[in-house]
Amino acid sequence: MNGRLELWLFVAQRISAAVLAPLVLVHIATMIYVVQGGLSAAEILSRTQGSLWWAGFYGLFVAAAAVHGAIGLRTIIREMAPWTGGSLRLAAGVAAGVAAGVFGLSILVLGFRAVGALT
Amino acid sequence: MDAAPSPEGELTVEIWRGGADGRFRTYRVPRRRNQTVLDAVTYVQRHIDPSLAYRFACRVGVCGSCAMTVNGAPRWTCRTRVERVARRGRVRVAPLRNLPIIRDLAVDMTPFFDKWARAKGHFVPSAAGTQGFAEVAPDSPERRAADAGVECIGCGICYAVCDVVAWNPDYVGPAALNRAWTLVNDVRDGDRAGHLAAAAAGAGCHACHSHQSCAEYCPTGLNPTASIAGLKRMAFVAALKGAP
Ligand code: SF4
Ligand code: SF4
Ligand code: FES
Repeated sequence: MNGRLELWLFVAQRISAAVLAPLVLVHIATMIYVVQGGLSAAEILSRTQGSLWWAGFYGLFVAAAAVHGAIGLRTIIREMAPWTGGSLRLAAGVAAGVAAGVFGLSILVLGFRAVGALT
Repeated sequence: MDAAPSPEGELTVEIWRGGADGRFRTYRVPRRRNQTVLDAVTYVQRHIDPSLAYRFACRVGVCGSCAMTVNGAPRWTCRTRVERVARRGRVRVAPLRNLPIIRDLAVDMTPFFDKWARAKGHFVPSAAGTQGFAEVAPDSPERRAADAGVECIGCGICYAVCDVVAWNPDYVGPAALNRAWTLVNDVRDGDRAGHLAAAAAGAGCHACHSHQSCAEYCPTGLNPTASIAGLKRMAFVAALKGAP
């Protein structure tokens, strides 16, 4: 099964990781700055709403996290679930893919809702 | 084998007997100077129970057939001295992990070598007519990369110690991928792209988590993790360039 699928998932995993790494750092730095500065929710929203920069920043963040998390979850399920060794292997692989897909879509939906509220 | 018994007297050897549902049985073996674990197992087979099944050939770390699990870790038993591994005069010897047990200490290596073939771990001659000697510069990057992995003797120790093999029975494993990496870098090979594609297919190099257990335990001192990382890197670039 899936001769080239694992290769492309690996490529997507690496690229999403490369995208996420700087975004996570900026995100954490911003959080620390905001908390230290004692900004209220309203003050934060007044800075982010209507900002294309923050919409783009967190939009990309959500997309990369959805891809990265879903692929990682698929691997974890496939390796850790006890039934992956038996005759149910193919079905188990498909189930892991579906679970990871649902997970990734949920992150996308919830994430973009949050981005929409923020910006 | 005929050295004088050392002062310690006896060694207690626990040996796995039977198939997957077998159990350990305990034997008492006289201690000898410089005795190896293989010597102890051989003593049991020659003097206590001739029905004990195990494998060896060269006794000097060349053939790779004597690999077993010694006190929980995979080792070449011919190159493992009892005094280094015995704990309070005891040694526990089991068959290699991750492979079907045939009987006692002998495992079925078929899956190991089938996967070797799946990763296309064999040399492909280049087109007929190239009869002359291939000249490979010793310090070219390819030659160096191939050199680093080429001394594998197919003992299966890295395969036995790899957790990903245990979790994902389809994973081709470190030895086969290490071999594929030497061929991808072999300028005389007629299908280097084919080796790369085979190594990257399905549960190939991308299933590896870079744990480095294989590199830690390979008795030859090879680093299959590095070879697999090389395959991943090369397959990544080839995929982005649109390789078939
Ligand atoms: S890479 Fe090392 S441990 Fe693995 S089969 Fe080859 S020699 Fe044995
Ligand atoms: S580095 Fe890869 S091949 Fe080696 S033990 Fe870890 S998962 Fe297995
Ligand atoms: S018997 Fe040949 S490597 Fe141990």
